[in-house]
Amino acid sequence: MNHPMTGVNVLVCVKRVPDASSEVVLTDDGQGVDGRFSGYATSPHEECAVELAARAATATGGEATVLTLGDAEAVEQLRAALAVGCTAATHVVADGQQFGPADVAREIAAVVRDHEVAGRPHDLVLLGNDAADTGDFQVGIRLAYELGRPVVSGVTTVDVSEVDGRMSVTASGDGPDGHETYVVPLPAVVTVMEGGVEPRYPTIPGRMKAKKVPIEERAPVGTPSGAGRLRWSLPPATPSDVQVLGKGPEAAPAVVDLLEQLGVLSR
Amino acid sequence: MILVLVEKDLHGAAVEVSLEALTFARSLADAGGGVPVDAVVVGEVPARLREQLAAYGAREVHRLAGDAFDSFAGAAWAAGIETVLATTRSVVVMAAGTPRGGEVLAHLSARADVPMAANAVSFDGLSPFVVHRQVVGGQALEAMQVSGRPTVFTVAGHAVEARPAAAPATAAVVEHVPDVAAADLVARVMSTEEPEPDRSGSLKTARVVVGAGRGAGGEDGFDGLLELADLLGAPLGVSRVVTSLGWRPHHEQVGQTGSRISPDLYIPCGISGAIQHWAGCSSAKVILAINTDADAPMVTKATHAVIGDLHEVVPAINAEIRRRRSG
Repeated sequence: MNHPMTGVNVLVCVKRVPDASSEVVLTDDGQGVDGRFSGYATSPHEECAVELAARAATATGGEATVLTLGDAEAVEQLRAALAVGCTAATHVVADGQQFGPADVAREIAAVVRDHEVAGRPHDLVLLGNDAADTGDFQVGIRLAYELGRPVVSGVTTVDVSEVDGRMSVTASGDGPDGHETYVVPLPAVVTVMEGGVEPRYPTIPGRMKAKKVPIEERAPVGTPSGAGRLRWSLPPATPSDVQVLGKGPEAAPAVVDLLEQLGVLSR
Repeated sequence: MILVLVEKDLHGAAVEVSLEALTFARSLADAGGGVPVDAVVVGEVPARLREQLAAYGAREVHRLAGDAFDSFAGAAWAAGIETVLATTRSVVVMAAGTPRGGEVLAHLSARADVPMAANAVSFDGLSPFVVHRQVVGGQALEAMQVSGRPTVFTVAGHAVEARPAAAPATAAVVEHVPDVAAADLVARVMSTEEPEPDRSGSLKTARVVVGAGRGAGGEDGFDGLLELADLLGAPLGVSRVVTSLGWRPHHEQVGQTGSRISPDLYIPCGISGAIQHWAGCSSAKVILAINTDADAPMVTKATHAVIGDLHEVVPAINAEIRRRRSG
């Protein structure tokens, strides 16, 4: 694992997910969300991971490579990341629904190993803490074990610098007892949560540049074992039984009556 | 045997969601013909915690001790649980679906090369074992077949109500001092800053929360809302758009990627109720929505609503509260 530290080549993993800002409609086979109605986006935590990857690469004079596993259309998420600071992209072209968390971790690990052989080691791998759709909360940790690396989970800030003579990642996030800081020597895996960094907006030149970046396409290395998914369902729609207390400021007395009834005014 | 990772609050008591996980474990144990439920705790087991665990039916409390647990390391906690498993032949390992619970069990399942189901709300069928778990931030449920020994899963917060056992158990404390490998301590918490009082920490446990969304209009549109929060002794919670626009800090965000709240009363003002936000507030017992749009999802899903501009309605409520208090 010894390479000259001329710059840290960060790998950031993103997932194309149905946009969570609209109503959830499931596919007929009950295997997921029908994104034709909602549109697609990059999982929110991962937008922050992309920003952190771009910053870490810039700070160390390295590169930020974005990776996704998904169908042909997931290239949209790669181009979006290329427009905001990533400089290379890898697309494992596959039907993501067939891949469980352990499968995805194995595929990412294969990319990391292959890139290392090709002279592009990823000393830092960033992922989102959890995907907005499947919510498995485990891919990053499984990846770390695949690679034999330490892993920090659920942080909001990531900085790469030399600590005690070793390139290290300093990462911090909110824990149950306060804001926690980890310092871990590279190579390492870090899973990111939204909140510590503002993803930048793509500039027009950024978008133009992103269109020209060649994307490394590859097939999965393994046959997926799946996610144990039987079917998805929606909770039954509950009819609205909202009680309208009134319109405008005239409703204030009725509101305060309710507050009194609930016993939240007795302070 | 079913082993449940129990997390402690700052006072050394079990957190509510861990008690919920113990309750879930007991119903699973009953379905399995009365297998015992044990707890695993990292660090000290104060008397109060032991009483709680006894009340919730824990036969034994496995306490993980030693220098390896001085500060949090997900891999070290998982290694500690492995030590307990080696002596107890557990078939199921569970935790609350907190960041810590999910992280530690993900480590455990990766090390054991078994699946992990995150955020289960119920189970049906033991053979094969099927859980229903939250996906898309709780907007949909997945029926997932969980194989593997041990069977590993977390329980979504507030999916079940914490209920003490019909008869208390002994909760005998068994100490383990596991030999944790150096590699499992590389990624550990190096320092913890005390949270600022009355910031996001209070959102998750508050009885009343005042919410604010795009309807606030701008970063200077929060005066009335903050006054209402102050009058009710409630924290302010905001939608994702509010933090994205930089009107309020992220730690105030309620939603799928922010805090999940479960107050007795939530007062969302000028919040349309996008799924992202609903995922974080749907556990509120009473919702009083204040919105200009009577058809906004937040209004139709609420228990009570006022149709109007929050900049007119909220000051009127504040004035009414002050009037009654002085009267």
